[in-house]
Amino acid sequence: MAKNTHDVIVIGAGHNGLTAASYMAKAGLDVVVLEKNEWIGGAAVSRELYPGWKYSNCSYVCSLLRPEIMRDLELYKYGLQIIPYEGSATMMRNGDYYAHYHDHDMTINSIRRHSHKDAEAYERYSRDVLRQCKIIKPLLKMTPPDLTSFKPKDLFGALEFAKHFAAKDELGGLGEKEIYDTIRFYTMSIRDYLDEYFESDITKAHLAGSAIIGTALGPCSPGSAYVLLHHYMGEVDGSVGAWGYSRGGMGSITKAMTGCLNAHGGEVKPDNEVVNVITKNGRAIGVATKKGDEYYAKKIVSNLDVKRTFLKITEESSLPGEFVERVKNFKIRGSSGKLNIALDGLPEFPCIPEGDPGGGGDMHFTETIEEMEGAYDDWKRGEWSRNPYVDMCIPSKSDPTMAAPGKHYMSVFIQYVPFNLANGGWNEERKQEFGRHIVDCIAEFSPNFKDLINHYEVRTPLELDNEVGLTEGNIFQGELTMDQLMFNRPVPGYAQYRTPLKNMYMCSSSTHPGGGVMGAPGANAAREVLIDMNIPQTGNYY
Amino acid sequence: MNRDLRFTALKKTPFHSRTSLASRTNKYYNWNGFTVPTEYSTTELEYTAARNGTSVMDLTPMCKYMINGSDANKFVDYLVTRDLSQMEDNTVAYIIWCNEDGKVMDDGTIFKFSNTKFMLCCAVKIYNWLHDSAEGFDVSFEDATDTTAALAIQGPTSCSTLKNYGADDLELLKPFGMKQYNINGYDVLISRTGFTGDLGYELWTDPANAENMWDSIMEAGKELKIRPFGMHALEMTRIEAGFIQTNTDFMAAEDSLRPVRMRSPYEIGMGWLVHLNKESYFVGKRALKKEKETGNSERCLVGLDIDGDKPAVGSVIYNEKKEDIGIVTAAMWSPTMKRNVALASLKRPYGIKIKENIFAEIYHPEELEYKKIWAKCKVVKRQFFSPERRNKVPADLYE
Ligand SMILES: Cc1cc2nc3c(=O)[nH]c(=O)nc-3n(C[C@H](O)[C@H](O)[C@H](O)COP(=O)(O)OP(=O)(O)OC[C@H]3O[C@@H](n4cnc5c(N)ncnc54)[C@H](O)[C@@H]3O)c2cc1C
Repeated sequence: MAKNTHDVIVIGAGHNGLTAASYMAKAGLDVVVLEKNEWIGGAAVSRELYPGWKYSNCSYVCSLLRPEIMRDLELYKYGLQIIPYEGSATMMRNGDYYAHYHDHDMTINSIRRHSHKDAEAYERYSRDVLRQCKIIKPLLKMTPPDLTSFKPKDLFGALEFAKHFAAKDELGGLGEKEIYDTIRFYTMSIRDYLDEYFESDITKAHLAGSAIIGTALGPCSPGSAYVLLHHYMGEVDGSVGAWGYSRGGMGSITKAMTGCLNAHGGEVKPDNEVVNVITKNGRAIGVATKKGDEYYAKKIVSNLDVKRTFLKITEESSLPGEFVERVKNFKIRGSSGKLNIALDGLPEFPCIPEGDPGGGGDMHFTETIEEMEGAYDDWKRGEWSRNPYVDMCIPSKSDPTMAAPGKHYMSVFIQYVPFNLANGGWNEERKQEFGRHIVDCIAEFSPNFKDLINHYEVRTPLELDNEVGLTEGNIFQGELTMDQLMFNRPVPGYAQYRTPLKNMYMCSSSTHPGGGVMGAPGANAAREVLIDMNIPQTGNYY
Repeated sequence: MNRDLRFTALKKTPFHSRTSLASRTNKYYNWNGFTVPTEYSTTELEYTAARNGTSVMDLTPMCKYMINGSDANKFVDYLVTRDLSQMEDNTVAYIIWCNEDGKVMDDGTIFKFSNTKFMLCCAVKIYNWLHDSAEGFDVSFEDATDTTAALAIQGPTSCSTLKNYGADDLELLKPFGMKQYNINGYDVLISRTGFTGDLGYELWTDPANAENMWDSIMEAGKELKIRPFGMHALEMTRIEAGFIQTNTDFMAAEDSLRPVRMRSPYEIGMGWLVHLNKESYFVGKRALKKEKETGNSERCLVGLDIDGDKPAVGSVIYNEKKEDIGIVTAAMWSPTMKRNVALASLKRPYGIKIKENIFAEIYHPEELEYKKIWAKCKVVKRQFFSPERRNKVPADLYE
């Protein structure tokens, strides 16, 4: 049994664990990252499961990753390059399509084909959403105040938070009306929200997609409008809401972070599953791995979701009962699946004219919000959606490193897929049946699609839970609803990256500001660790 | 009626039929008397092509001069500050040249075919200057600007694209090497040079070959993320690469109305191109030697890494006492590095001895008002971005 001592142990080499580790290593600490899998990256990973094709096995597009983090960690030096999307499209059964473009005015022209009024409403809509994005942006980097505490720091924090809600500096003082708008946005359903702007079904269906991706809410569920905001608040170089590919797949992000960590003396140890957090008198002092090694450190930071952290690898007896209860009640329902497909050529989608940049990014085939809600109804019954909402894209159309020239990699994200499949649960056969079902759905819009398939990987919530370690396969490591956001994330009283155990911290997507490849939870957690160790933080992020 | 327009409008390059067809935005500008696109679709995507795939730019408006004659070798060495006496045939060198006062006239590239034949490429016209300087040398000059069509093919997949086009073994060409090809029945000179700081090539050919070359390269790069690339995108890549641009980052000596605007090579970060120990005399040598000895250079051109994400376009640079110490000449948010970078001309000792406590005053437009930002700057290497693939031999291939 080896005994190892470090300043900091990070459990899990997801992008948040690596972000936290890199910031701490940059600040001069000796950091080791223990990862259960043989590869690194968690849900931001690129793996070659079929020779010659790289898949972004889980997350597939980048927008949320804070540019300050990319800058501070100098990720470009370690190979990161973001490729902006050209556009997106929803295909229609009548052979028509709806497209969004990189260029705002091209989008307006496109919407106008479906509704003249909607084209103009889109200006108002994008302004309103952009305003909400600007309000939320400064909050992402802040440690939420603890509303249960009366410490001056928290009282000031609450004030600071409230001030940003009123977004004084960014927007020149919001009035009462705008604050109401914000609250409405956070609590409304996306259907109700879009109905206030648009009349055409296809416009609404296209825009609503972002509100259901990854969530166990339907488009009619209150709170789904916020999920849309969560997908919009990123940017690609100042273009707010824009998405892009990470060159070489999402694994390039975590690979670059590892490069930065290594350059500052830190290390990732793959194939080292942590099975137990070692505690002594209410303090975390180390971890034990499945291999039987023990690691000791001054600080322990968990990149696992809050349920895994406290219900799987920490002794329940070392934690307050109320806290454990809250963690048990944390909503983390899986609702998504994915197919990663190796294609021998470029599939044709006759609805989208050849060369139209709308076909360059995400493509969909859900035409109405009602269809989406129907897909959700199937999930509630424990079934995968018969008529699913898909977010599919062909990164190799833009990225020359995913497959050989002329060959293509297609990523298909699927909403909704249950964790607990009705009638006996998931097994290999039902997983393959699910995969075939999705292939059939896509083939309805692409006559040559099936013939081009060399291989595909099927991902279900169960399988994401097992392999990636996302409890129930929830992609955000916890539902993004008001009761689980900001000072409530993951649980009230523990939104500041600290835990009931002294010297133990959380840095995962289960913490503020939540899921997605954003890095903010990791960077925020590193800041709190450094504050507790009296080490000055430097960089553009802080 | 066929009207004979005798006045000279802006010229079209031999690629115009193709560049205008590729343009979705119809945005053009005047480059050295030619009409060329500023942007084809969106600058951001065009820029990305240069860092991700292959970008194609019409370079024809560059000034191009053929220098021939038994003294061509000696003449070139006399014209420029760099010691070219050891330059090998079929290579290219980056150069600057000065007037007798040691003030920079322009920068450019010189292509050596042999001791008796060179080609000079640059931004500012110097046909006249070449003649004025040639007294006593057996050389002749030919302005090849209109008679040579040129394309820049730049980006990580550019070598593969050009191999598909017919440039066999191109991956073995070294940086600043050049090679003569015959492709589709036309002579094409390919040099491993460019203005993007990445893997890239420049192609030089007869205007009669222009359309065939454009079409064939577009076809060759179809699966390699090829995209035409306008001036705005080029501006971004060249700032990231830290390349200077005449009359943007410094005033060309012959264009400066105000003598105080003229700059010596030492004042624009080009001291490394001045070879005072070169045996023969070169234009400006005396003045440059004196400047070097007395150390009285007044300015410097540096790279700045600026806090925040608002580009410091046109910003004045201050010290901590709010004294004006220089100006930003080019600035951008770098999409690749996610850094706010700029090139700045500073009054020494700022930028050389004093690199800290420097600030840029940025006026960021926000819906008809300016937000005034006082941003901290760090003096850094001007070459902000230089990926490993840029100089790799053999060059990266995508197969
Ligand atoms: C299918 C799918 C698609 C998605 N698409 C996108 C998208 O396109 N864009 C986007 O921004 N976001 C997307 N997301 C969400 C995003 O990927 C995640 O929210 C984010 O990557 C989570 O990062 P993390 O670092 O917080 O956690 P994780 O990536 O989950 O990292 C946790 C790490 O801990 C490791 N681990 C688990 N248990 C142990 C243990 N006991 N010991 C040691 N290590 C352990 C895991 O292996 C993993 O590496 C998607 C997610 C999924 C699943």
